[in-house]
Amino acid sequence: MTDDTIFAVSSGAPPAAIAVLRISGRGARSAALRLAGTLPPKRRAAVRRLRDPDDGRLLDSALVLVFDGPDTATGEDLVELHLHGGRAVVAAVEQALAAMTGLRRAEPGEFTRRALAAGRIDLTEAEGLGDLLSAETEAQRRAAISAVDGGIRRRIQDWSQNLLSVSARIEAELDFSDEDDVASVTVADIQLHISAIATDIRSILDQPPVERLHDGISIVLAGPPNSGKSTLLNAMADRDVAIVSPIAGTTRDRIDVPISRNGIAYRLSDTAGLAESTDDPIEAIGIERARRAIATADIVLWLGDEPAPEGALWIHARSDEPGRDRLPTGRIVALSARTREGLPDLWSLIEGHVPDLLPSLDDIALNQRQRTLLRDAVPALDQALATQDLLLIAEGLRVALALMDRVTGTSDTEAMLDALFGKFCIGK
Amino acid sequence: MSNFDVIVVGGGHAGVEAAAASARRGARTALLSFDPAKIGFMSCNPAIGGLGKGHLVREVDAFDGLMAKATDAAGIHYRMLNRSKGNAVQGPRVQADRKLYAAAIQRMIADQHNLHVVAGEAVALSFDQKDRLNGLYLAAGERLHARAIVLATGTFLGAKMFRGEERLTGGRVNEAAATRLAQQLDARLPMARLKTGTPPRLDGRTIDWAKLDQQISDKDQWTMSPISTGRPLPQLFCAITRTNARTHDIIRQSLHRSPLFGGDIAGVGPRYCPSIEDKIHRFGDRDGHQIFLEPEGLDDPLIYPNGISTSLPVDVQHDMIRSITGLENAVIAMPGYAVEYDHIDPRALDATLEIRNIPGVFCAGQINGTTGYEEAAGQGLIAGLNAAAYAGNMASVILDRASSYLGVMIDDLVLQGVTEPYRMLTARAEFRLRLRADNAETRLGGIAEEAGALGPQRRARYANRKQALAEIANRLDVQIRGKDVGHGNATDVRTGAEWLRTTDISIDDIAPDLRTRFATELISEAVEDARYAPYVARQSDEVARLRSNDAIALPQHLEYCSISGLSNEMVERLSTAAPTTLGAAARIRGITPAALTAIMLHAKRLAA
Repeated sequence: MTDDTIFAVSSGAPPAAIAVLRISGRGARSAALRLAGTLPPKRRAAVRRLRDPDDGRLLDSALVLVFDGPDTATGEDLVELHLHGGRAVVAAVEQALAAMTGLRRAEPGEFTRRALAAGRIDLTEAEGLGDLLSAETEAQRRAAISAVDGGIRRRIQDWSQNLLSVSARIEAELDFSDEDDVASVTVADIQLHISAIATDIRSILDQPPVERLHDGISIVLAGPPNSGKSTLLNAMADRDVAIVSPIAGTTRDRIDVPISRNGIAYRLSDTAGLAESTDDPIEAIGIERARRAIATADIVLWLGDEPAPEGALWIHARSDEPGRDRLPTGRIVALSARTREGLPDLWSLIEGHVPDLLPSLDDIALNQRQRTLLRDAVPALDQALATQDLLLIAEGLRVALALMDRVTGTSDTEAMLDALFGKFCIGK
Repeated sequence: MSNFDVIVVGGGHAGVEAAAASARRGARTALLSFDPAKIGFMSCNPAIGGLGKGHLVREVDAFDGLMAKATDAAGIHYRMLNRSKGNAVQGPRVQADRKLYAAAIQRMIADQHNLHVVAGEAVALSFDQKDRLNGLYLAAGERLHARAIVLATGTFLGAKMFRGEERLTGGRVNEAAATRLAQQLDARLPMARLKTGTPPRLDGRTIDWAKLDQQISDKDQWTMSPISTGRPLPQLFCAITRTNARTHDIIRQSLHRSPLFGGDIAGVGPRYCPSIEDKIHRFGDRDGHQIFLEPEGLDDPLIYPNGISTSLPVDVQHDMIRSITGLENAVIAMPGYAVEYDHIDPRALDATLEIRNIPGVFCAGQINGTTGYEEAAGQGLIAGLNAAAYAGNMASVILDRASSYLGVMIDDLVLQGVTEPYRMLTARAEFRLRLRADNAETRLGGIAEEAGALGPQRRARYANRKQALAEIANRLDVQIRGKDVGHGNATDVRTGAEWLRTTDISIDDIAPDLRTRFATELISEAVEDARYAPYVARQSDEVARLRSNDAIALPQHLEYCSISGLSNEMVERLSTAAPTTLGAAARIRGITPAALTAIMLHAKRLAA
């Protein structure tokens, strides 16, 4: 364990009514003692006058809480000082702490890292905690809390344990086949188990990635020049983000606007109009970027009068303009960004797509790192399903298990042997 | 004569391989044995090899070691385990005549150039004024000089025997003398306690063989060492019987008299070799346990009943044996017992098996917490090669996990330590698809040759094999049309090796000419290589990662407690095992990727 004792304000940025300053490490108690004179019994809150140890100057009157390691969030001794949340008060206490030897300000995420290192949480829970702290929408919060709560860990542990148990049966057959105490296994029976797990992993992988919760569902507004994209962007964002002018080609680069609506994050992108041809090299680059944005978008809103690209939502824009009051065929909604008529309809159309684009909050959601590892586990299991050779089945399971271990950041070959010896009476 | 490069203490399976390997490498070597007549003695069951263990024997043999050759000289029953499964997990196992085995070993030791047997008992290591090892003292007061020493002393440290209410202090007769060496080690090394046990030995003349199922020796004439010319001895059969409900009742009623259950034995026993009382206690629902009745020798009536090791009192052992089919009138020639003993924590060793704290002293075998002749022999080989290297300033021999079961075993021992007597299992080798008993020479011959561990006959053989395997591989690289192998059409063109991966295609369909040009074992090695090639290739990323992480050296004496982000448990494990590379650190149980990053950054900061 490190000698450094770290501290940081772990509530929001001051000023606030109260600022919670946490000190973690082997010097946490002594540091708090030097500020407070006496410490309350552990896990009991008490008010103490905090003084600068150098000159006895009163810094604040604060609520002090002491937790003894290793049963703390970081696995180390932990002290919480609930300060009055003025900037000057917090700065003064932080300065007094920083002046003590062995104490320093925590680096971003360091409390979580220590919790991870101390084995208080696993990697998926640490990732969830990171997400939880930065959650801005309700959906993000729910997915993150599920990860913090160990939802991902439990599911993967479930798979791992099932695979370990299958593995143990195979290894018993491979390493102790000369002993009658090992009930012989049939490949078909083993593969039944593996196939069930593979199916379950696939169903989780089929879920949309959790990143969409944070990065937002990407909605790209596209169409020919002057079709009203920027006007619509401003209306959807409910503020003036893009410059609107009657001059074709006003928007020359892509503009991204994050918005939150009904607890769901979106990223709206206004793009350069897709002019047939242009002499302006900058506009040409903008058009190229627009095409790329369309290709990677979750939802494309097409505002042109000519047919929409495949998969796009074709919008009849500027429905307030003369001669455009009837919805032509193919368009799904008529819209006037100026009068906002049709805008609620557009949103409900978009929201109709949300369930397919966001992970279901009733199930666990995986981030990109977790998905990549698990996605590699699937072919390993498929390999185990495609052979009759126990050795190759065992190899497939070994690879899959190693990948799952990497998702949670734990790893133990010995776990398989534990399963093996716990289950079978082996030995001559 | 008292000046040597290397002294090996102990003439068991670790000691003899260490001494012979050291001598093969050119070091002037002494094999110090308490009783030279007991050199190469099999103290437990009379069998060599088995699953995982057979791999070790073949690997020792690839370094021109003794074990496989002695096994063939004494083999009286051959059995290839897992015959129906893939080659990679097949395990050659041979019953050996106890006396003939020891005789074969002693003959090879006597014939080995550079090797001298010294009768005597080591009592203490000797150090010069600068605390550098310079030899050891014998009980007679004499001092032998040596630059390096291999301790292969087995269970001599604090051994205690248990049988029912009886307690015997085991190990050596002259206990007082042995203590000084034990004290020297104790003062510098972490110690732990383990236990093991043996079954009662039976007089075969009192067994009713007619009642029992017999298992005969394998008919095909495979040998433990590929250079053995055949099986010189007549082959005996083993028999199989079982415990039954009555046996279990007898044991259950006497459990309170077992030192295992009375709490007298504190050492941890092996999970894969439990005593019969353990089996009945833990797996009470089973109605019987298998017993193999194994002959101990051609002219020896003793029978080793494999599967019923016990420390119950003699009268209970008697009743228990008589309750078993075929053993109704069997006489116990020697009752079973449990042994508890001290061993050093092998994490105090480097991958060369040298004690980090005592340069020049190497440890091999049971003293390191392992069980089994084969595990002992494997460590003996590596310790002997490296002791010779230390004494003669030659290159160390360190095998990695991708190269061999030897590498797996030593890596496990020096990084993870042991919590039970360590036994090799194929499940421990993550790269087992490439680590077959039948390709040990191919895998290790080059390393063995480079280390100077091979005799002239073996060197020539290795060169010939290499050439032959290359020719076969070239032949299997030739493109063949599907219709020419009776499979599919003319447009389906694959190499011979690729066709071999198809279930019903054999070498006779692909390249029948090979049969006339090359030995069967070479062809079957090549066929097996071809079959598993895609899976082996898939593992090669993993092997590359292993080897690249093992190429990143960590500074010695790294202060893990000063690295931020490591838990107390990680600091403890890392400090105890003192990994020499980042790869080794990564393999230590419980070390997370985040912790590794922290270690690497810290090491880089130190280097800067």
